[in-house]
Amino acid sequence: MSDEVDKSRRQFLTAATAGMGAVGAVFVATPFIQSWAPSARAKALGAPVEVDITKLEPGAMMTVLWRGSPIYVVHRTKEMLDQLAKNDENLRDPGSEESDQPQYAKNEARALKPEYLVLVGTCTHLGCLPKNRFEPGTVDIAVAGGWPGGFFCPCHGSKFDLAGRVFKDVPAPINLRVPPYSFRDSVTLVVGLDESDKKGAA
Amino acid sequence: MASASDAQTTRGTGRWARLGTWIEARLPVSKFYQAQLLDYYAPKNFNIWYFFGSLALFVLVLQLVSGIFLTMFYKPDGVIDAEGFSGAYRSVEYIMREVDWGWLMRYLHSTGASLFFIVVYLHMFRGFLYGSYKKPRELLWIVGVLVYLALMAEAFFGYVLPWGNMSYWGATVIVNLAGAVPWVGTALVEWIRGDYSIADATLNRFFALHVVAVPLILLALVFVHLWALRTVGSNNPDGIEIKEKKGADGKPLDGIPFHPYYTVKDVVGIGVFGLVFAAIVFFMPTVGGYFLEGANFEPANQLSTPEHIAPVWYFTPYYAILRAVPNKLAGAALMVAAVILFVFLPWLDRSPVKSIRYRPKFWGFALMAFAVAFCGLGYLGMKPAEGTYVLMARILSGVYFAFFLLMPFYTRNEKTKPVPQRVTYHA
Amino acid sequence: MLKRALMVLMFAAAAAAFGADNPNQKCIDSLGVADAEVGNTASLQKGARNFVNYCLGCHSLGFMRWNRVAADLNINEDQLKQNLEFTGGKAHDYIKSTLPAKDAVEWFGRVPPDLTLITRAKGPDYVYRYLKGFYQDPARPLGVNNLVLDGSAMPAVLSDLQGIQKLDTSVDVDPATTKSHPRVCEKILLERPGRMSAADFDVFVHDTVNFLTYIGEPVKAQRESMGVIVVLFLLVFTIFAYLLKKEYWKDVH
Repeated sequence: MSDEVDKSRRQFLTAATAGMGAVGAVFVATPFIQSWAPSARAKALGAPVEVDITKLEPGAMMTVLWRGSPIYVVHRTKEMLDQLAKNDENLRDPGSEESDQPQYAKNEARALKPEYLVLVGTCTHLGCLPKNRFEPGTVDIAVAGGWPGGFFCPCHGSKFDLAGRVFKDVPAPINLRVPPYSFRDSVTLVVGLDESDKKGAA
Repeated sequence: MASASDAQTTRGTGRWARLGTWIEARLPVSKFYQAQLLDYYAPKNFNIWYFFGSLALFVLVLQLVSGIFLTMFYKPDGVIDAEGFSGAYRSVEYIMREVDWGWLMRYLHSTGASLFFIVVYLHMFRGFLYGSYKKPRELLWIVGVLVYLALMAEAFFGYVLPWGNMSYWGATVIVNLAGAVPWVGTALVEWIRGDYSIADATLNRFFALHVVAVPLILLALVFVHLWALRTVGSNNPDGIEIKEKKGADGKPLDGIPFHPYYTVKDVVGIGVFGLVFAAIVFFMPTVGGYFLEGANFEPANQLSTPEHIAPVWYFTPYYAILRAVPNKLAGAALMVAAVILFVFLPWLDRSPVKSIRYRPKFWGFALMAFAVAFCGLGYLGMKPAEGTYVLMARILSGVYFAFFLLMPFYTRNEKTKPVPQRVTYHA
Repeated sequence: MLKRALMVLMFAAAAAAFGADNPNQKCIDSLGVADAEVGNTASLQKGARNFVNYCLGCHSLGFMRWNRVAADLNINEDQLKQNLEFTGGKAHDYIKSTLPAKDAVEWFGRVPPDLTLITRAKGPDYVYRYLKGFYQDPARPLGVNNLVLDGSAMPAVLSDLQGIQKLDTSVDVDPATTKSHPRVCEKILLERPGRMSAADFDVFVHDTVNFLTYIGEPVKAQRESMGVIVVLFLLVFTIFAYLLKKEYWKDVH
């Protein structure tokens, strides 16, 4: 047998074996990497949360926990809703182009039903919990045209309006996040479950 | 064969080549590769018995990787709740049912543990067959025995972690053995446990030992073992030293470079071994209760002992020796002696010839008797210590010890066959 | 010497093989074997329903979630709610019995054990025979005893279906004893028939044990089918590796 044939056969066999070995390595690595995904327990603990909103008075806010994050549910009054259109020139992203919310919350009220605001209560700057300051005209929160009411984050002074939209000239870059949610009936809000996705949020 | 400097000049002057030179000047990677793989010559007549060293290394890596991932999900909590389960037990079921692919990592680790011992026992037996423990490899052999001891400790601690009923009671029995030590025994047992009985405190420290301490010791010992091997060079089935016959190029006439010949051959070994491994993991992971014992699927229960407390199969030979003696201290001492005897093998075996191929039939018979005794003791260790089983265990223990202790006498004046000058290799 | 030792060893092995421990072994063996087949989805579904109707009242399967069972057994959410999980819990909840521990201790003397891993700990045959092995025993507080687990605290919940069994023993029984004692059972007799024929009841128990075997290791079917692919892959890989080895070793003489 000539050297030529030997070499090419060796090259072929080496390539074939090494190739299969590489494929095998990917096969072996895959389960280990996938094991880091949320387990059945994490998924169960992160299941949608049902919120009874019957006792939520107009103008009041309640906080529930979903997937480890605080969720603010605000029963907005007509006055609060009327305020929303007036702030636009002071807001960084009034149309919610850059922030994270479901399709049905990409409107001025940032909500499925305007009277109920559902937000992830985590400041989009560095993660503190913004405080609810719904009273308009509060002196110590400086905003052009006077404080219209909204959320104020105590950590670094970020401000958000009554739809969670971020004001200009504050550290927070984008509007507060809106989680997926739906209404089971007139008294039950389900956080984490979209209308379109019966199986729950991804 | 190209030398290190040749490699440098043939590397060229491209970007990668310059990076290579930069690294080489600071860390002799290329020199190491050259010395350990290309310039390291191994005998060309290795047979099937010579696969088990590299397979042991393969299983070690597998255990480390599967073990690290299991540690990401396991919780070393031995406190038993109102339902009768502990956090540790629950975390194992969590891994089996709720973590993606958790079941695979668990089975890889449990199968790997048993296969590790099968591989290591076969690896050690190769040493018996070909006299691999004889001069100049005595230290290599002793370090190997230390690896074996570390492995047994690692397996023991690991088995306790699921906190099943066998984990708990196995730990109770074995830790109680320390009570056999005169004077300090009772205090020693309590000190090991960290409590008045095997408890959460014990579990937590065994966890630390199993995950961190013993693996570090094992890795260090394996490194030294390989270092010692590379220093003296490997033995072979004919038991002759290949370094004594060198060619004009200074390389052993009966040797071949480790790379590519033994790298490529070891890959085949890993392939075959992988097949066996996969067949077990995917089709019969409990192996009839030998690799994963049924009793350990029940949670630890301080008020209920399993019907038969037996250690996992790889410890049963020593367990049988322990129970063969009716005295607690003597039994424990004899059990320890049974393992320690391995260390003295290079000096107990007086034959000038290494390989069984050139030694008289009597040596083969003695070796077979030892193997039968070891396996027989293993079988007896799984049975209850009653009736004829006890008698058999005593007889076989006698054979086991006789093999070692009488060896200086029956090997001193062996009628050996003439040992060949060159290895008997048939391509 | 060696020959004698070998004979002794063989005797011991033979004695162990006959399993002379349990005097009622003959009757226990007559109960049959589980023949677990976790690939049979229809059987698993029936077994799940059997478990919910007859066992879940007292026994939890606390390491399994409803939604996993539903997914593995091809049961959709509505079917789950109607037939299995009808206490209003969530699909992702663990399968728990609602029997309070305090009541259990009062009525039975102990809390009924969780059954998630019973078939892995004891084997499917044990569970199969246990469920079929209840018999009348006036010496016991609940009037029944079990061939497989003597002194069992469990009532004969399946007697409605199986009927009531009695042991045909070769030894006279002393009713004055307050504890049960082992008997040498010759045959099991059906004192009073249940709603099911013997054959139907066997299928009932078979389905239930099948389900429990699945519960013991839900991933079993998947792991076996995956194993075929893995072994085939490794076979091809090893063949290539072997050919490569042979090719390189042509150099060695």
